[in-house]
Amino acid sequence: MYVAVKGGERAIENAHTWLAEERRGDTSVAELSIEQIREQLSLAVNRVMAEGSLYDPDLAALAIKQSRGDLIEAIFLIRAYRTTLPRFGSSNPVNTAEMACDRRISATFKDVPGGQLLGPTFDYTHRLLDFKLAAEGETAEAPNRDTDATAIPHVIDFLNAEGLIEEAPHDDTTPPDLTREPLEMPADRPLRLQALTRGDEGFVLSMAYSTQRGYARNHAFVGELRIGSVAVEMDIPELGFAIEIGEITLTECETVNQFKGSKSEPPQFTRGYGLVFGQTERKAISMALVDRALRWEELGEDNVGAPAQDAEFVLYHADNIQATGFLEHIKLPHYVDFQSELELVRKLRREAMADNVAEAAE
Amino acid sequence: MSSCIVYAKVVEMKDTAETKTERQKWMSLLAKAPSGRISTLLDGFMDRPDFTWLRPPEIGSVMVQGRAGATGSPFNLGEMTVTRCALKLTSGTVGHAYIQGRRKTDAEAAAIVDALMQTDAANNVSEQVLQPLQDEMTKTRTKRAGKAAATKVDFFTMVRGED
Repeated sequence: MYVAVKGGERAIENAHTWLAEERRGDTSVAELSIEQIREQLSLAVNRVMAEGSLYDPDLAALAIKQSRGDLIEAIFLIRAYRTTLPRFGSSNPVNTAEMACDRRISATFKDVPGGQLLGPTFDYTHRLLDFKLAAEGETAEAPNRDTDATAIPHVIDFLNAEGLIEEAPHDDTTPPDLTREPLEMPADRPLRLQALTRGDEGFVLSMAYSTQRGYARNHAFVGELRIGSVAVEMDIPELGFAIEIGEITLTECETVNQFKGSKSEPPQFTRGYGLVFGQTERKAISMALVDRALRWEELGEDNVGAPAQDAEFVLYHADNIQATGFLEHIKLPHYVDFQSELELVRKLRREAMADNVAEAAE
Repeated sequence: MSSCIVYAKVVEMKDTAETKTERQKWMSLLAKAPSGRISTLLDGFMDRPDFTWLRPPEIGSVMVQGRAGATGSPFNLGEMTVTRCALKLTSGTVGHAYIQGRRKTDAEAAAIVDALMQTDAANNVSEQVLQPLQDEMTKTRTKRAGKAAATKVDFFTMVRGED
C-alpha cells in the first residue's frame, strides 16, 4: 500500500530549486542551447525520439537539457508530453524503398545495385579519444561526389529471384496500437514491432546479443542496413487526398537468417526487421534480431525456452518508462507498508522465541 | 543478370504510382519547407491577403506507420508532431496546411500560399515562393546525396596470376 504523506512541501520545493541550480552547473561556463543539443548531440536526441515514441528533435533536445542528460528521464518527459497532444490521425506506411539514403550497406552482398554507402559512421574509426575535439577547431567539409540521387531499391528485392528468401507480402490491415490499447498476449507481429521500436535500446540489444550467443540462435546476417530520410504521407480527410506532411530520418535493418525449413515451409532464408526513428543503427539491428527470434511460432520452429523467444518476457520488460516507474517507486515513502511488515516480523520473532523457550523447558 | 530485370520492374512500379495533382505537390512541398522560409519568400514580394480562420493553427500528432519487412503488414512506428490550420480569404478561397513540427506561424504562411495558389495570383506565387523553395530543397538534398556518394565503396579485386 502506498499512502500519500504530507509535510515535505518546503523540502521538496528547495530540492527542486537546487536541482535547477545543479542542472545549470558552473555559471562561468556558457549555457547549452536547445539548438546546440539538437545539432551536436543528435544521436542522444535520436534515442530520445525513438524511445519517447515522438519524432520532434527540438522537443527531444529540450528534454535532454531538462533531464541533465539522463536519457531515460528525457524519454519520460517526452512520453508525458505526447499524451497531451490531440492525434490528427495515422500516416500511410512509410515507403523505405524511396529513402534518401545517407548510409546503405549490405553485409551479405558485395555488389548490390546502388553500392555500399558508408555514410557518417563510427565504423572503421579507431575508437581513440580525439583531443582535437577538446579544443575548438574547424571541421573539414565532407567531400562530394556527383550522383543522380535516385532512390536505391532494397537489396532483398534484387536477390529474391530464386525465391530463397522469405517474402513479406503486402497487406493493409489496421495495426494494433499499444498507446491506445494495453499490450496483451498473444501479440501479433505488428504489435511486437511497435513495442520493440520504442523499447529500451540496452534491453533490446542484450536480448539480441543473447540470440547470437546461442539462446535461440538464428544466425543473422545484415542483409541491408539503411539510414536516411523518408517522406511521411497522410490522407487528409477534409481534403479527400493524401499529402506529404513532413520528412523524418529512419534507420532500417533487414536481417537474413538461416532456416532449415519446417513442416509448412521449404528451406529458405527468413528475415527479421528493424525500423527505428533517427540514426539509431545499434537499436535497429537489435530489433531485427529480436523480431526474428520472436517469430519462432509462425515459422514452425521449436521453442527452446530462450528468453528472446518469450514474447511476454521481452515485450513486457522492453519499455524503460514502465520499468523505471515501477522500479523507482520503491524509493518513495512506504512508511505504512513497512510499519505493518515490522509488526509482522516482531510477532513472528516473539512466537519463534516462545517456541524455543518451550522446547528448552521440555 | 536477373537483378537488372527486377530493377526495371521496381522503377516501372514507382513511375505508375506518381500521379499527384498540382495541389498535392505544392502542399507536400510547403509541409517540408524549412522553418520561416515560406514567410520570408511570401512577404518578400507581396502583402498578405486578409483572411478569417476556419481552424486556427493547432498542434497535434500523427501516428507514423511502417511495414514489417518494408513491404508487409503495417505497424505503428511512433508519432510525430504536426501543426495544422485552415483559413478563408475574403474572396472565399480556402487554404489548408498540415506541416511537420510545432510551427504555428509556418502553418499560417503555408495555408495562405495554398489559398493563393488557387487564385489568379497562382503564377506569381508559384514563381516567387514555390520555385525557390523547391530549388533550395533540391540543392540541400543533392548536396547530402553527394556526401553519401563520396562514401561509396569502390571495390577492386587483386588480379591473380593464373587467370
